[in-house]
Order: sequence, then structure tokens, then C-alpha cells
Amino acid sequence: KDPVLKKRDDFEDILEERRNSSDLRYAFKCYTPVLYRGLTPCKAATLKSMVLQSEQLLHVINQVSAESGESTDVVKDEAAAILEEMAHRLQLRTIRFFAYTLSKAFKALYRSVCVNEEGIQRLQQAMQEHPVVLLPSHRSYMDFLMMSYILYTYDLSLPVIAAGMDFLGMKFVGEMLRMSGAFFIRRSFGGDQLYWAVFSEYVKTMLRKGYAPIEFFLEGTRSRTCKSLTPKLGLLNIVMEPFFKGEVFDVNLVPVSMSYERVLEESLYARELLGVPKPKESTSGLLKARKILSEDYGSMHVYFSPPVSVRSLAQGRINRSQFNLTPRHVAQKPSEETQAFVNDVAYRIVRLQQENMVVKPWVLVATLLLQSVEGMELTELMEQTSWLRDLARMFGAFLDWPGTRPLNSKVVLGGPVIRRLPVHIPIRQVEGPQGPETPEEALFNRAVSVLSCASYRNQVLHVFLRPALLAMALSNANSSRKEDIYSCFDFLRNVFSDEFILSPGASVQDFDEACHLLVKCGAVELLHQDVVMAESGRTVLSFLTLLLEPFLQGYQVVCRYLREEATENLTEKQFIPAVRSFAVKLHLSGSLKCYEVLSSDLQKNALNALIRLNVVRRDGLMSNQVAIVSSIHGMLIHSAFSLEN
Amino acid sequence: MASIGDGSERQRIAQQRLRVLAGHLRRLGAEERPGVAAQECRAGPRTRRENVPAAPQDIMKWNGWGYADSKFFFNKKGQGEFTGKRYRLSGLILPSLKDWFEGTFGANLQHKSPAVPSLNTSAVAPPSLNEAFVEELKSTGIPFSHDTEDRVFRAHGHCLHEIFSLRDGRVGRCPDMVVWPNCHNDVVKIVELACKHSVCLIPYGGGTSVSSALECPPEETRSIVSLDTSQMNRILWIDEKNLTAHVEAGIIGQDLERLLNESGYCTGHEPDSMEFSSLGGWVATRASGMKKNIYGNIEDLVVHIKMVTPRGVIEKSCQGPRMSTGPDIHHFILGSEGTLGVVTEVTLKIRPIPEYQKYGSVVFPNFQQGVACLREVAKQRCAPASIRLMDNEQFQFGHALKPQVSSIFTSFLDGLKKFYITKFKGFDPHHLCVATLLFEGDREKVLQHEKLVYDIAAKFGGLAAGEDNGQRGYMLTFVIAYLRDLGMEYYVIGESFETSVPWDRWVLDLCRNVKERIVRECKEKGVQFPPLSTCRVTQTYDAGACVYFYFAFNYRGLSDPVHVYEQVEHAAREEILANGGSLSHHHGVGKLRKEWMQETISSVGLGMLKSVKDYLDPNNIFGNRNLL
Repeated sequence: KDPVLKKRDDFEDILEERRNSSDLRYAFKCYTPVLYRGLTPCKAATLKSMVLQSEQLLHVINQVSAESGESTDVVKDEAAAILEEMAHRLQLRTIRFFAYTLSKAFKALYRSVCVNEEGIQRLQQAMQEHPVVLLPSHRSYMDFLMMSYILYTYDLSLPVIAAGMDFLGMKFVGEMLRMSGAFFIRRSFGGDQLYWAVFSEYVKTMLRKGYAPIEFFLEGTRSRTCKSLTPKLGLLNIVMEPFFKGEVFDVNLVPVSMSYERVLEESLYARELLGVPKPKESTSGLLKARKILSEDYGSMHVYFSPPVSVRSLAQGRINRSQFNLTPRHVAQKPSEETQAFVNDVAYRIVRLQQENMVVKPWVLVATLLLQSVEGMELTELMEQTSWLRDLARMFGAFLDWPGTRPLNSKVVLGGPVIRRLPVHIPIRQVEGPQGPETPEEALFNRAVSVLSCASYRNQVLHVFLRPALLAMALSNANSSRKEDIYSCFDFLRNVFSDEFILSPGASVQDFDEACHLLVKCGAVELLHQDVVMAESGRTVLSFLTLLLEPFLQGYQVVCRYLREEATENLTEKQFIPAVRSFAVKLHLSGSLKCYEVLSSDLQKNALNALIRLNVVRRDGLMSNQVAIVSSIHGMLIHSAFSLEN
Repeated sequence: MASIGDGSERQRIAQQRLRVLAGHLRRLGAEERPGVAAQECRAGPRTRRENVPAAPQDIMKWNGWGYADSKFFFNKKGQGEFTGKRYRLSGLILPSLKDWFEGTFGANLQHKSPAVPSLNTSAVAPPSLNEAFVEELKSTGIPFSHDTEDRVFRAHGHCLHEIFSLRDGRVGRCPDMVVWPNCHNDVVKIVELACKHSVCLIPYGGGTSVSSALECPPEETRSIVSLDTSQMNRILWIDEKNLTAHVEAGIIGQDLERLLNESGYCTGHEPDSMEFSSLGGWVATRASGMKKNIYGNIEDLVVHIKMVTPRGVIEKSCQGPRMSTGPDIHHFILGSEGTLGVVTEVTLKIRPIPEYQKYGSVVFPNFQQGVACLREVAKQRCAPASIRLMDNEQFQFGHALKPQVSSIFTSFLDGLKKFYITKFKGFDPHHLCVATLLFEGDREKVLQHEKLVYDIAAKFGGLAAGEDNGQRGYMLTFVIAYLRDLGMEYYVIGESFETSVPWDRWVLDLCRNVKERIVRECKEKGVQFPPLSTCRVTQTYDAGACVYFYFAFNYRGLSDPVHVYEQVEHAAREEILANGGSLSHHHGVGKLRKEWMQETISSVGLGMLKSVKDYLDPNNIFGNRNLL
């Protein structure tokens, strides 16, 4: 129960061997992975024809043809074209090429790439037994290259990877990725029945045949904030279906936590969040980006969690006989029960990813610096960092701490990253080194620094999240009675459940967990029906409250905007720039100090939360209009926020 | 050693039996013994019961399957042998049985788990008799007994836990007495008396149930009377114009077939248990016969049924081949598992004995191909009388029962065949599987039919593998239950269970998932050796197939093997249901699978059946508590 007692595996640095032996030999090594015992071996091309001839797809083709009036042959061709565009062409040659070039690149970029070998052994075992789905966290383009690289290194079956269509825009590189196992899916294909059928049948065929491990990102896209994103369920639904329908005995889900000391896209992300458009993926862009090779991105940790069996998760939750009454080739809309189950599994996996994310010292330093905008003496920073480290450890964080001694000045100053990291910028930039700049520019630059810094803090949020929500509830509840505090906690949790990973329906568990942790660190005491702050708890509680403060303020600004400025016909497209300029205005007038409200991520999450809570309504799908509903609910939220302010 | 011990054992039992019989005679008077011509029921010629007498325990095992003289054992040289004279295997040496047995289960001939030699009658609770009922029954002249052995013999079917307890000398709640009605009217009287005196009746036919259907509910407080139909075993008439026969429901399958054969007819209904199971039992459980492709299952064969219920006698007024008169009342009776009343007389369709019979077999490179072939055969509706597909494990199992070859030439031929299939045709001996076939009809048509089926098989990579293999496959079904008794001598327990499942890919996926689930559950429950988990497709239909599983394991090191067995079987059944299989194809529900009934037929469906029960038997006279 106690998260601290969680046993975690040791790491091995896979780059160490690369630094000591020939990359070429490595690229041409004998590669003989252990295979799935139920494997029906087939080539990538056979796979395609299997998909095109599958009953499932033919059924949809006939349906589409009946609806559209096109002949089935035309629809078939269409399906074939979709598949052609989508399908991977995994071949060992390309993998070997990548094995060579990536060895070079990784050695230049990273000091070490640490992998838990026990996790690899468990994975190998699982791969023999059942179809495996690899579910890595997604922070960087590096993620899937790194995954395939690691699997190649350990002689494991190479995965096929669901990738966004944007990569295909890159000449040559897109095709290279295709040949290393990536298959490409459109970002949105909501209503396209045929596309969905081809796509899901393609994935399911690979899974059923045990063709290769299937890899995709539950978060759907790279997290620009280094904070886990709310999981997307589409693909997870697809990979679980063969189990529900009895086509495979079990499916193993393997969460993989990839923690970077510094993400390649770091500064891009901050700008993107502030509205500078994401550079389009292009080969020339990639070539330009090669200057990053000369920079140091520290070390990287990859943790393969133990495989999670869908069968055991579904035990008692899913009545599989519900699938018995329709022929298997007829797609069924998942029942509510199934949807809830898939959703729970998704959250569970993301939490497993978070749990095994390695937290570096800089993350704690950034967390502290963000809480004191005026800056801090170095010695004080060091003291506080080591205090925070102990707290984090007590809360179950997976820390990568150099040595066992408390953080010493050498680490902070001599550390490779801190000097380049923008961590010091919030303190220094006040002077403005680049000469005169407009107030907007200054604001923008400072916001970039704060958001970059926040992306480090975000890496540890999951550790403190629940206690922090409780700390906030404690300071805002009407009384110290447990029910009152819980209802306040539940309210906050509800508001922020688009912002953080908070499994729906787990409010009570979360509350208990938070209580447990705060009692353990001596910040809070449980007295009969009351939850009260302990004498010594002030530091911890104020730290925790301050941790969530930027989010709270951000949501308040969004609410204020909607109340004060928004017009009836606001579209979702206009919403973000409008909130941004509203916030900029507040900033420039000096009435707002919080920078994180400028982040489009926060703005979107706030909007989603308000829609979910029925404060704001979406009018029709087409217009994407957001109408303001001044409901009682809305008042409630507003008053709650002002109360907390 | 074993056989000598066994001989004296039989002698001892026979002597004991004689003493018991003498006791009966004193108590009942000679004219009241079953088997002697009855009083007023003289509807037809009385058939002599040649194979199963009124006291079946005389020639049948009291704690195992089938005839007492037929059993497997390992001789001094460690070779398998099958005793007796009744079967094709009888008296033969089976040289590969030991290796297969030890290799498959990790069993060892040194480690024996023998049964108690005889029933300790003092371990059985004395009967609790309803004196008023007994008194009135006496006045009707219907024979009855409360002898311990009679009671114990009718207290069980052939589920693993039932046989395991008997071998251990443990006996649970038994019927308090056994009655032997001689005809329909006797049954009417018995049921009337039971209602009058509030006695619980449990109909008993052949005793081959594998669903705990014969188990007496331990919570039953009334006196329990086992109503043994074995004396109602006459063919009352044969109607050659309409090709029907009117038969008393207590007749045993093989007797029915033999008697009809004497007149040149057959029913063609051949469940694997037909040596011992009764017509009434078939009706009460919706039985299925091996040759249903030609003759149909029991529900297709039945034209008319007479059943005695506490509410009165239920039957139709005519023998029309089909009626549109509301829901078919026969379908309340078929599968009622003795909860509504006693089936006393049945009119069945009969057919002339087929002119020609031919066995056959086909080897497939793997199970998938075999299933695909069966599916195609079903699609073209050209299934032979019987077509079955064994998986690889069962194919190897079948080989273990190959008798010693008589000449060098046969062994040379066998070697050549094996070489041809595995080396020349490239079949992997660890994947290949065999379909067994049985053709019936006019000689010419059979040969045509045979060619058609073999042609289809060839499309799926199947190679004809000879009549002998086919015949051995069918023989296996009759002796497999005897093999379980052998296993139980050496710490191996097992059972078979069945289901029916739609074609598409369910057959394959279900087989794989259930087998895998069994292996997994065994491991989780601490079974030390990998279990035997094998299946075969035994019937094909337009829309699906019947699948049979055999599951057995070595239980050394387990403190409660039966409980482990039951947990694994339970899990396997859950897996079957989750994979689109039915609760049962022909074994029935009994008490063993009751818990899934609501899920299976919906709570409204269950309510419907309950309301029928409430109307027919409001006081639960037929209180075996099966099904509902």
C-alpha cells in the first residue's frame, strides 16, 4: 500500500557498451528475437492482403458501397489506398541503418541511456506468451526511435508503431520510419467509417497473428508540458477487442516510462504553448535541427513496467459473453461497461507510466524556483531542495539522486544541465540582456522561461498532486470536518481532472491516499471525524498549495474572461488567442503575476473542464461555438474560485 | 498381481451379494422380485434383460465405470492390458500405454492410489423411511428395497467427485429406498402415493449422469425414493407402416438397439453411453447420438412422449409428425432432468438397418485445417453418419491404445505410413490431427459419399488414413471412461465436458482458449505436473459444432484434488461461456452447471421454466433440484 516501499529495478546504461565497441558491428549483429509462440509468420505484404480480405473489412466495404452507391470495387480500391498509405514496411535493413546512426546520435546527445534490464526480461517472457502492446509515455520524437533502438539492442521483437500522419510530410524520412516499423494514421477521421475499419482491422490482424508487438502512445501526442496527458481510448479499445471477442487468450499491456533529463524539443514546446505555431515536420527542418547534436541532453531513463494482463484486469469487470450474439465481423459499439473499463485501464496505465518516471534533481530545483519568483540564495535553494527531496521520497517519487549525501553545491553548480537550463533565467532575466524590448516582448520572453521551468516542475506533479489537492481543500473548506474537506477535495479534483491524471470515480481512494501521505509526513492529523493541520505541517502544506496555485489562477483568469469579455458567438478557434490577449492585458496592467495562464494547454484544459461541468456549452459540432451559460453551476464555480483566491 | 486380487475380490462381492439377495427374498417374497413377470401390466412381450439385471452392481463396478470384468491395468511387465471379453480391446496388450501415461501425466507406476476394496455399509446412514408410504406401497405389490447397496448404487452418477468419494469409501446422502415400477400404471401409483405422503422422488434410468443430477440434495428432509425405471424395458409395439416403435422408457440403449435389430430396424441413436443409458434418460437430458447426422438427436427422433407428473399424465392425443398447437409440450419434457415427472413411454422413429457401414479417417496437418474441412463438410451438408476431429494430444492418446502388432509386416507397414505422412508429406507429428468418419447406407451410396468427403478433405490438406484408425477412434469413446478408472489408481484424475459453439472462428478460438485456461488454472492451483487438456469436435451442424474436452492431471502433492479439479472445471466452463460456447450440448445441467442457468436463458426464461415446475409439481415431489 505504501508507495515508498515499492520495489523498483536497477538500471543499466546501454550506451556504455556502445562507447566501447564498434557501432558497425553492433548494427550487423545477429538479431534473433524470441517470438510469440502463437505466431503465424507472414510478410508485411501478406498482412495487407489479409486485412483487405478480412470479413470485417469486407462487411464495412459492402455497407459503405450500399450507402454511397459506389460499386464495391471502387470502395475496395479506396480501402486498399488507405491501407497503402497507412501500412508499415518493417525491414531489418532499415533497422540496422538506424541502429548505426542512432548509436552515433545518442552518444552525442546523451550521457547515458539507462534501462531496467529486469523489465526487459519480463517483457521477453511476455512476448513469448501473448501478444504485447507497448505503451510508452510521449514527450519527444525521440520516444519511438529510442524504443525500437532498445528492443533491437536487447534482441527483442521490433514493434510496429502507430505514428501521426504529419511525419509523412517529411520526404525520405517518413519512408525510413515506415521501413523501421511505423504505420501512419490520420490525426482525425471521426466519421470516416471505411478509414476506421481499415485501421482497426490492420491493428487487430497484427495483434491476432502475433505479427509484432504493437506500440502506440496512449497520450495521443507529445506532451508539450511534460505533464501526462489525458489518455485517448481509440487504439486501446482496438487492441483489447481481440481479447474481448476471444480471438486471443490474453493481451499484455506494457507501460514504459521514458524520462528525459532534458527534452530535445524543450524550447520549441514553450513557444508553441505561447502561440508560436509548431514548425511543420520537414526533412530540411530535421537537417537544420542537427545542431542539437552538439548539445548535452544529460541522461535518459527508460523503465519497462511489468506487463499488465488485460485478462486479469477484465476479470469480473467485463462479461465477455456480451460479444456472443453478433457475428465477430460486425463491429459493435462498445457497451458503457466496456467503455468505462477501457477508460479505467487507460488511466491505470498512465499512472503506471508516471509512477516509474525518474525524477532528476533539477525538477525539484525548478519546482522551488517557480514558487519564489524573486529568486533565492544558492544555499537556501540547496537546503530547500534537499528538504523537498525527502518529502518527494516519502511520497513515493522515483528519484535519481547522485550519491546518498544531501545535494551538495558541486552538483548544482557543476551539473551539466543547470547552466544551460533556463532555470536561472527567471531570476536573472529581469535585467534584460538583449537591450531594449517592448513590454510584450519582455513578457513573452519571461513567459518562455517560466513555461520551460514549469515543464520541469510538471515532471514531479504526479507525486504531489493528491496531497496538494488535499492541502488546498484544507485551506478552503468551511470546517475541519472530514466530510467538508472531502467535498472540497472532490470539487477541486473534479475541476482539475482535465489538467491532471485523476481516474474518474477514484475520488475516495485519492482522498485516502492524500490523507495517508500527509499524515505520514506529519503535516496533518486525523482526529475522529476531523482532519486538522499539524503544528509542524505549515511548510509542507504551503508548499503544496503553492504548487497548484498557478493552475488555480489560470482557471480563474479563464473564468473571468468568459464572464467579462466573451461574446455570444465565440468559437473554439478564437477562444485561445482571446484568452491569451486578455491575460496579456491583465499582465501588462500589473494585476496578474501568473505566467502559466498564457499556456494554451492550460487554456484548453480549463475550457474542457468548464464544458464538462456544464458551465459552458458547445453549440453544435460544426460551428464549434462556445456559448456561455450563466447557470447556477457557473456561479458556484466562480464563487468557489474567488473564495480560494 | 492386480488381476488375482481382483478375482478374489469379485468372488467376495458376489458372495455378499448372494446374502443380500437372500435377505430380499425373505423380506419381499419371491414373486415380488423385479425381473419376474409383473401383475397387470401385460402390454407386450417381456424382454429378458441380458446385460444389466435388476441388481446391476452384480456385473457392474460399484465405484467406477461400466462392467466389473472390463478394466485397464498394468501387468507385471508394466504393459497396459484391458480385461474381459466385451470390447475390441479386451484381452489385448497395449505396449505404449505406460510410456504415454507416465510421459503425459508425470505419473509413476510405483505411486499407487488404490480404492477401498468394498463398500463399508456401516458408513452409510440408515434409511429414513416414510412408514405410511411404505405400507401403502406394499399393498400395490410394486417391488422395492432399502438395502444399502441398492441405495448407494443409485445415489450417484459418474462425475469425478462422485466416483472419487466412492473410491475413498465415502458416501453422502443416499435415497432411502428404491422402487422398481414395472409399467406406466405402476409409476402413476407411485407418484400418487408420493404426493399423498410427501415423499421425494428421484427418477433413475441408467445412472450415467455427469452433471450431479442423481445426487440427493443434502438439504432434503423428506424420505427420498429412487424410482428405478430399469424394469420398464419392453418394446410395446413396432409400426412398420409409419416406421415408429413404442417403447417403455426404462430400456437401455444397447437393448433397444439389439431388439429392434432382431426385427430389422434401428433407431440410430447412439450416444457414447448407450451401453448403459436409458431411453427415458435421453429424453430427460436432450441426449445426442453419434450418428445424429442421419438419424437426428433425441428431439428429432421422438414422436410421442408419456410422462407422469404430480399433476397427472401429460401426453399428446395423436402421433402426427408435426403440429402447430402452440409451444411443443414435448420441449418442456425434453431436458427436464427429472424435475417434472417420470417419462414412462416413448414413441420413436425407427429406420431399417443400413445395408453397409464403413469407417474411415483423414489426417490433417493441423487442427485449423481439420476444423476448416469439417466446416466445409457441414456447409455442403454432406456429413457422414458421424464425423469427428481429434486434436493432436488426442491423436497421440489414441496411439497409446494401439495393441501389440501381430506381425513384423504390420509393424513395417505402420512404420511406412508414419514415414509417408511425416517425412514425405511433411506433417509435423506434434501438430497433425485426425478426423474419424463413419458412413452408413446403401453400399453404392456410401462409396460415393466417401469419395465426396475425401475430396473435400483433400482440399484442406487431408490424407485418407484408413478404416482402422477410424474404428479405433470410435472405440476410444467407449473405453475412455474405463481409462479414467485406471488413472485414478495412479493419482490421475480427470473428466470430460462438452459444449456447442457457432462456427466462424469460435471453434478454433474456443478450443485454444479453454485449453490454455485449463493449463493456467492448474498451475495457479498448485498442480505439480502439466495437465492433459485436449479436445475434439464430435458433431457438426449447419451453424456450429459440438466440442468435447478431456481434462486430466496428476494430483500428487495436492491435499484436496477434487476441489482443485472442480475449480479448474469451473474456470473452464466460464471460459467456454465467455467464448460463445453453450452451457451444455447434451450432458445437461443437473446441479453441476445450475449456477449459470440464469445467465444462459435469461431470468425471464428461468421464470418461465419455474412456473411450469410450479404448476406441475407445486410440492416439489420430484425434488432432485436439477436445472432450476
